[in-house]
Amino acid sequence: MSEHNGHEIVGRGAKEGGRLFREWFEQLSHAPERGEQVAYVFVMGSITEILRAFDFQVSFPEINALQTAVRRTAHEYLNVAEDYGYSPDICGYVKADFGMQLRNGEHPMGRIPKPNLAVYTNACNTYLKWAEIWERMYNIPSFAIDVPGARSADYYAREGRGDFDRDRKYVEAQLRELIALCEEMTGKKFDVDKLRETMAYTNAMGTGYQRLLDLNKSQPAVFNAVNEGTIYLGVANGLRGSRAGAQYFRELVQEMEYKAAHHIGTVVDEKYRLLFVGVPCYPIFRRFYELFAEWGGVFLGSTYLWFAAGGLELGHQYDLNKPIESLAEGVLLMVRNAMDAMFFQDRILVDMLQPYHVDGIVYHPIKSCRTVSSGLADNRRAVMQQSDVMSLYIESDHMDKRVVSEAQMKNRIDAFFEGLATRKLRAAA
Amino acid sequence: MAFAAGVDVGSTQTKAIILDEDARIVGRAIIDTGANVVKAAESAYFAALAQGGIDEEEVGYVVGTGYGRYKVTFGDTQITEISCHARGATHMFPGTRTVLDMGGQDTKAIRVHPNGEVIDFCMNDKCAAGTGRFLQSAAAALDIPLGELGSVALRAEKATPISTTCTVFAESEVLSWLGKGKKIDEILLGVHRSIGSRSMGLLKRVGIENEVTFTGGVTRNPGMVHVLNELLDTQMNISEESHYMGALGAALFALDRIKNSRAPIATKEVA
Repeated sequence: MSEHNGHEIVGRGAKEGGRLFREWFEQLSHAPERGEQVAYVFVMGSITEILRAFDFQVSFPEINALQTAVRRTAHEYLNVAEDYGYSPDICGYVKADFGMQLRNGEHPMGRIPKPNLAVYTNACNTYLKWAEIWERMYNIPSFAIDVPGARSADYYAREGRGDFDRDRKYVEAQLRELIALCEEMTGKKFDVDKLRETMAYTNAMGTGYQRLLDLNKSQPAVFNAVNEGTIYLGVANGLRGSRAGAQYFRELVQEMEYKAAHHIGTVVDEKYRLLFVGVPCYPIFRRFYELFAEWGGVFLGSTYLWFAAGGLELGHQYDLNKPIESLAEGVLLMVRNAMDAMFFQDRILVDMLQPYHVDGIVYHPIKSCRTVSSGLADNRRAVMQQSDVMSLYIESDHMDKRVVSEAQMKNRIDAFFEGLATRKLRAAA
Repeated sequence: MAFAAGVDVGSTQTKAIILDEDARIVGRAIIDTGANVVKAAESAYFAALAQGGIDEEEVGYVVGTGYGRYKVTFGDTQITEISCHARGATHMFPGTRTVLDMGGQDTKAIRVHPNGEVIDFCMNDKCAAGTGRFLQSAAAALDIPLGELGSVALRAEKATPISTTCTVFAESEVLSWLGKGKKIDEILLGVHRSIGSRSMGLLKRVGIENEVTFTGGVTRNPGMVHVLNELLDTQMNISEESHYMGALGAALFALDRIKNSRAPIATKEVA
């Protein structure tokens, strides 16, 4: 590790991440004026590497939607969608995006351009219906990549297994179809070296991202996975396959290694080390963090940083000598891992308890997303059977503030910390 | 010797308990919370002091609990009612392993360790279905005093099923059954069973282990007690103090602070 001036390096990642994120949005807003095409993609399998190789600007509707909640305007978009006929139970991301499309892309961070293409996987079944909306609304092509799921509950895909190779070839064939579609849409011939370049940047980002997550074993934790982690996640998705993204994660790891070496924690006086399971409560994003931070609770890890990172958490390295084959393998592993990471979180969580010195786990199911919330009650029971770690189960939503009751949430969180405090005092006595 | 006090500011009623050094209740009070939460906390506290003939200066520590705990402006600290009900219940009934607290706007299921620590808890989410407010709606719809609902329900030989979980819609469902000629006592038994069923859902989520102690304002309703005992297939612990259990638990935590004899629960001192 190189020597750094602590004043310069500490906090750099959050600040720089915010700047890059704003720049990315700004660039995206003006893409049509520059004559650039825009592809709508999703965090669980964005295939950004191919799209960047054809100079598409990528837009993440999930990120656009959550930004409206963080900026406290989500209710306006949700109302537009519900007035149109969407049920309150439908995914808040879909409704916020739909409301935004009806309002001609109006967004608190800029104007979201209309899509020229939508690319998605089957990692979430809502993706399919969502893309169908755009296809109907804008008469654009949408391209579904069908990623075969795990064959059974206890199955993990591994290279060399017969079914894995067949699945990889199935995904590869679809990627080649996507490349042909991109050639047709852009009039550009596929440049394999350009693809290699974007994949190399993703490789560097994956290495950095995985190291970042591991560094939170440090005591005190070097970053809070729920608030700072979400900034890093935004860069990981938005700038995937880019030079700026690779540089960002290289420098972020430098910062976190510096903090770990000098025992510099987050802004919170760390008393309780926690894991977070689910999607953040964006309608009260800062307040949600404070409800834990006021007690000295720091989130070391978050399952959100696994399943919404497009596989970067695996640190998977593409083989640049056979880029399309390797990309197919990566897509297969990453999308499948996103699904499996939700199905079998309890095993990963239990494995983290000792090395990360975890005091408690916070489960946050959200009302309008079945994909990430369905298994959490079982997950929690499974963890409780395998360990005596304390856990908290609080329900709200990632988008809809009408179902976020801060007073009730605070009551439960306070009771959780009272229990943690009592346990610590008793253990120390 | 200093006295210890607990003030439980609930959504419907505010309760206060004063304990002496031997954890005996020497003063208690209960009032309607109303719109002025700060005043309600003060009124209940001073009424409890007056009942015990105790001067304010003689109280060594005050713990506020309940949703209005941060409005107990004269309190020394605040502890959630989840911890307080668990503490009160295990003090009153040492064999308690599960607590069901049913109040005006929320119902809590709490699983407790033999040492009184909270192992797990679960509460009704986002609405007042399955709480005392559900009973209030039925009382309003049927024009029966709240205090008589339980005894009327117990007269029924069979229950009219109430399917809605929404407290507001329950009122219209009750009225529609009346319009169809159903008997009031059967409708009320249905209302009690509906609440009981919701409570069982919460209890199952934390895991039911005997003994079960019932706390909160709804403990005064014999119909609810009967229905829950049936559903649980056990006799829940109930005492005269059940309605005061949150305040009692708060007062016990306050006594801990005074005597420093037990590792006190760590709480935040400010909102």
